[in-house]
Amino acid sequence: MYRKQILKKFNPALDNILYILHDLQDNNPEHYLAKEDIRVCADYLGVPYSYVHSVASFYTMFSLKPRGRYIIRLCDSPPCHLMGSQSLLDYLKKELKVNVGETTRDKVFTLELTSCLGACGVAPAMMINEEMFGNLTPAAVDAILEKRRKEL
Amino acid sequence: MNLVRNHVLISIDAGTIMAGARAVEKTLVDEIASQGLTDEISVLETGSIGATGQGVVLVVYPEGIYYGNVTPQDIPELVEEHLLKGRPLKRLILSEIPKQHVIKKEKTGLLKEQPRIVLKNSGIINPENIDEYIAENGYEAIAKALTTMTPEEAIEEAKKSGLVGRGGAAFTTGMKWDFARQAAGDIKYIVCNADEGEPGTFKDRLILEGDPHKLIEGMLIAGYAVGASKGFVYIRGEYALSIERLEKAIGQARQYGLLGDNILESKFSFDITVMKGAGAYVCGEETALIESLEGKRGHPRNKPPYPVTEGLWAKPTVVNNVETLANVPEIILHGASWFRGYGTEKCPGTKVFTIIGNVTTPGLIEVEMGTTLRDIIYEYAGGIKNGKQFKGALVGGAAGAFLGPDMLDVKMDFVNLKEYSAVLGSGAILVMDEDVDMLDMLKSVLHFFRHESCGHCVPCRLGTAQLVKIIDRMSSSKGRKDDIDKLMNIARVMQATSFCPLGQSLYLPISSSLKYFGDEIRSRARQ
Repeated sequence: MYRKQILKKFNPALDNILYILHDLQDNNPEHYLAKEDIRVCADYLGVPYSYVHSVASFYTMFSLKPRGRYIIRLCDSPPCHLMGSQSLLDYLKKELKVNVGETTRDKVFTLELTSCLGACGVAPAMMINEEMFGNLTPAAVDAILEKRRKEL
Repeated sequence: MNLVRNHVLISIDAGTIMAGARAVEKTLVDEIASQGLTDEISVLETGSIGATGQGVVLVVYPEGIYYGNVTPQDIPELVEEHLLKGRPLKRLILSEIPKQHVIKKEKTGLLKEQPRIVLKNSGIINPENIDEYIAENGYEAIAKALTTMTPEEAIEEAKKSGLVGRGGAAFTTGMKWDFARQAAGDIKYIVCNADEGEPGTFKDRLILEGDPHKLIEGMLIAGYAVGASKGFVYIRGEYALSIERLEKAIGQARQYGLLGDNILESKFSFDITVMKGAGAYVCGEETALIESLEGKRGHPRNKPPYPVTEGLWAKPTVVNNVETLANVPEIILHGASWFRGYGTEKCPGTKVFTIIGNVTTPGLIEVEMGTTLRDIIYEYAGGIKNGKQFKGALVGGAAGAFLGPDMLDVKMDFVNLKEYSAVLGSGAILVMDEDVDMLDMLKSVLHFFRHESCGHCVPCRLGTAQLVKIIDRMSSSKGRKDDIDKLMNIARVMQATSFCPLGQSLYLPISSSLKYFGDEIRSRARQ
């Protein structure tokens, strides 16, 4: 059971909760915190299920819904907004046929918005999983999506 | 040891990695090897040189020539022309080298020298090698403090320097340390706030990526001054490279005995743990950050008690920003009066700004406190892009203030901006040209706050939702007559009654945008 292996890496102390949740989410094949993830974390730390749920639902980086293989996080903070992130958002919605927070039917892409990524010098910017992309245009987005599709 | 003829520095940071720096580096090393130059040319990794949006950036020393937008295809020509034949490749030289790129010795008639305290080593040393940091007088300041100064003297030096917090609140660093030192209790903590979330700000990321040892040394000195033996760095979960580099640096410092027990054979012991956040703007507020460190939802706490008396696990805790701590080693090493030689009387030192938006060369600059907005935009960032007119700037991030053209000559420091009901905040400057729709910008700011309101207190939770509702109908031509009054009223109530600075600070962008661009916003809303 891979979840046990993850938990073993950490001391059962409450201040490790974010690390544990990050790790559980990263290793979940659907890139989210399933009820089972929350339950094992709660049992391990000796806190109620509701406590872990309250923490997990507070932070933007955690998802309580299954997500696609590639999580697109488009920045919509004022600097990226100024440089045209709104039209990119419209473009991504149209291309992927999803709204913000939704996953494509083939479970490849999930579209999310994020606050400032600190890549404002190359705005508009987005992240796909751990990778950052800047100076985005619809054409650049096309190429990035196409590359991901080919990697499947 | 071989005598190296040229050093080629390649800037490896989040921005250049995006532009393909790893592939360029590999091609460069291979090409140098295939030309048989491996013994003569050394390729080194360094942090950001301050320019962004210039693609992959290389610097060739001793000439000090900067190349930008380099691709793997350019490498054979670059190696042959410059490194083999000694002829700089003109087509790739950065045509506009902003002043901040001028590093120490490379003085030319055109480009002035830059005072670099915080970014002294960024873009010059390899951040993943502790020896390079040590070669630039690294860890000398902590040695000086441990061997020649008492903790009280270190605090006194920090106070005399006039250093104030660079995260936005501008509280005197030495005073904060003093309060924590005098607080009762044996266990105390130093927490570095690297949860950089203010839109438009990425200075802390580039300090962490470019010179992580400077932060470690700053935390060591703070720990010694306060009497703490444990430090935490709370970094945004999105800053993968910063986390990696800082953890590597901490490992090296432990190996060298610069973290751990009995540092430099003094009786002082100190260690640092890195904590990764999970995406919550409110965690930049110090008590919310502490809650998050303890493994809770990041809700702010009641103040008082302040963290300096009751912080992490109810122990006295100093929370300092990355840039603040990065100033500390230089102050201890060179003294408070040296530091006061920079900046203004009331606000000494330098400030790292991130200048972005419609400017020719966006990026990171370090300038003296009190430099005018005009100089920052036109001298350091190459002016407005495509020769357009300056319309306004949002200074200090989303929680900052809009400034109009008549504010171009305002001196940028914490004290002076306050006189104009503006703030320096985190040092983000978002520049807008003549074509920008100010109603749309304000809308973007309000949407940001609605998303980031943590929901803990009613005025902020409901207030941000109402503000968004109003601005959305204003921008879709369904605005009502009294909408602008309503915006101001809600903002005023939020300023007076919100629990933490997040809800309180919204008043500033709203009131300032109406002050400078009120006519435009009104007429846009009527359309």
